[in-house]
Amino acid sequence: MKNNSKPVTGYPSSKGEETMERGETVITVRNLVKKFGSFVANDNLTFEVYRGEIFGFLGANGAGKTTAIRILSGLLQPTSGEVRVAGFDAWKESEMIKKHIGYMCQKFSLYEDLTVKENIQLYGGIYGMSDELIKERTEALLEKLRFTEYKDRLISGLPLGFRQKLAFAVAVLHQPEIVFLDEPTGGVDPITRRQFWEMIYETADSGITVFVTTHYMDEAEYCDRVSIMSEGRIVALDTPENLKKQFNTESIEEVFISIARPGKSSINLLNINQ
Amino acid sequence: MKTVIEAEEISRNFGKVKALDNVTFSVNEGEIFGFIGPDGAGKTTLFRIVTTLLLPDSGTMKVLGFDSIKDFRELRKHIGYMPGRFSLYPDLSVEENLNFYATVFGTTVNENYSLIEAIYKHLEPFRKRLARDLSGGMKQKLALSCALIHRPRLLVLDEPTTGVDAVSRVEFWEILQGMKEHNITVLVSTPYMDEAMRCNRVALIQQGQILTIDTPDNIKSGFRGKLFKIKAPGKFKLINAVRDHHNTLSAYPFGDSVHATFFNDTVPEDFVNYLTMKGIENVQITESEAHIEDRFLELMNI
Repeated sequence: MKNNSKPVTGYPSSKGEETMERGETVITVRNLVKKFGSFVANDNLTFEVYRGEIFGFLGANGAGKTTAIRILSGLLQPTSGEVRVAGFDAWKESEMIKKHIGYMCQKFSLYEDLTVKENIQLYGGIYGMSDELIKERTEALLEKLRFTEYKDRLISGLPLGFRQKLAFAVAVLHQPEIVFLDEPTGGVDPITRRQFWEMIYETADSGITVFVTTHYMDEAEYCDRVSIMSEGRIVALDTPENLKKQFNTESIEEVFISIARPGKSSINLLNINQ
Repeated sequence: MKTVIEAEEISRNFGKVKALDNVTFSVNEGEIFGFIGPDGAGKTTLFRIVTTLLLPDSGTMKVLGFDSIKDFRELRKHIGYMPGRFSLYPDLSVEENLNFYATVFGTTVNENYSLIEAIYKHLEPFRKRLARDLSGGMKQKLALSCALIHRPRLLVLDEPTTGVDAVSRVEFWEILQGMKEHNITVLVSTPYMDEAMRCNRVALIQQGQILTIDTPDNIKSGFRGKLFKIKAPGKFKLINAVRDHHNTLSAYPFGDSVHATFFNDTVPEDFVNYLTMKGIENVQITESEAHIEDRFLELMNI
């Protein structure tokens, strides 16, 4: 791509995303260690995530991502280290953390045998929202997604792209500080995928931090910053642009592979250069 | 060039849903042919028809010279199929699964070991382990070994890399590239556009219909407009501002930038000023080659 694209107009990116207002920290992790017996799943992790940021959390299978996310969402206690999420301490206030985050995964998020409206009400109830607030936000949500006419339809009869958008809207219904997304756009068509990313951008713009885990490196390219885990450690953390510069590559996929498979970074990557 | 698959006007409905709507394509011997499309596009239905596991409502399918309906028994001997869902016996060991598949096809592991050696050697240390206790990457390698153990002439892989991490995916594609040497044709599906670039030819499929079939490079160069890549901090504001300009034909998020096309194929003269007025600074605009996903979007919008 480098050879085929020429600058046309605009300004050089001497400052680029570095000048973005970083705002306050919503996730602070210092020297986090998690052991299962003698196995070290998270080996001294230290990083911060900022308000309104889209943060990509990458790593090969078994790198320790799931363990870290379970700790960040208050489901698992660390072995040692400091973890603060949405202002709460993961050691002492894990229940409070759970109330201030949202979660959506690709596989399961909505109840198929409930209607659109029932799913929204159910999640609103779980998050402890008042009936009045649920009613108000349900209407706003349906209108915004233009789903009002489908409100009494069962989820099982709705197209996948529709469900994905609804699942995301439901995950942020209680306006959490942070929403965790697991491979949010896997398997959806390219148009729905774009609509989905626009929803994510809008959410981040409204001040909700978006924490994305994914195996798909082209999803990582949409994030403001990405971290890459390998064998329990964070081995890279920067904007996609800076990571590509640092590793002198054209895509995050190449960065990932050169980190996760050292010594074999020159493999047949020409084939995947878009 | 020999044709390995010849599908003509294949249709298949499930109730009211048109899973496949008049699908015609052919695959040449030794190529890696990819079906690229989202969940629900019809990829699995099509592969089940190719592998004789499902009958089409109409149309004809010739695979390796056999009619997929009349000659299904003979045809099955020459196809290796790896379904999207892990379908080996979880309570048999690695070794037992492989032996079982070899026996079912009337062969032995020894006879065809050379074909799977490169893959199986990663599994050898775990040969006594039950299949259910393997990691995702190892399950995938075992499934591929079992699909190859009878030395098929056609290998059919339904979303083999879904849920697999980037490193294992690259390894997997390297293995597929090696199938050519053994004269094995590969039919593979994936929802991920970037994997299209690893195929010799691809079909883009959406809602049961093929949008286009060509080499990945030809598909990309089929993009009709001139594509510009626009980058600036604050993507939500940026995408809306770009879309609102009266000369913009299309604008959508794509990785770290916005991909846009403009009236007359040129960036409007006042564009950077226009964005500055909207509070967007540090704008970078570059003309860019289309990605295969850009072309997919263009075809979907027709």
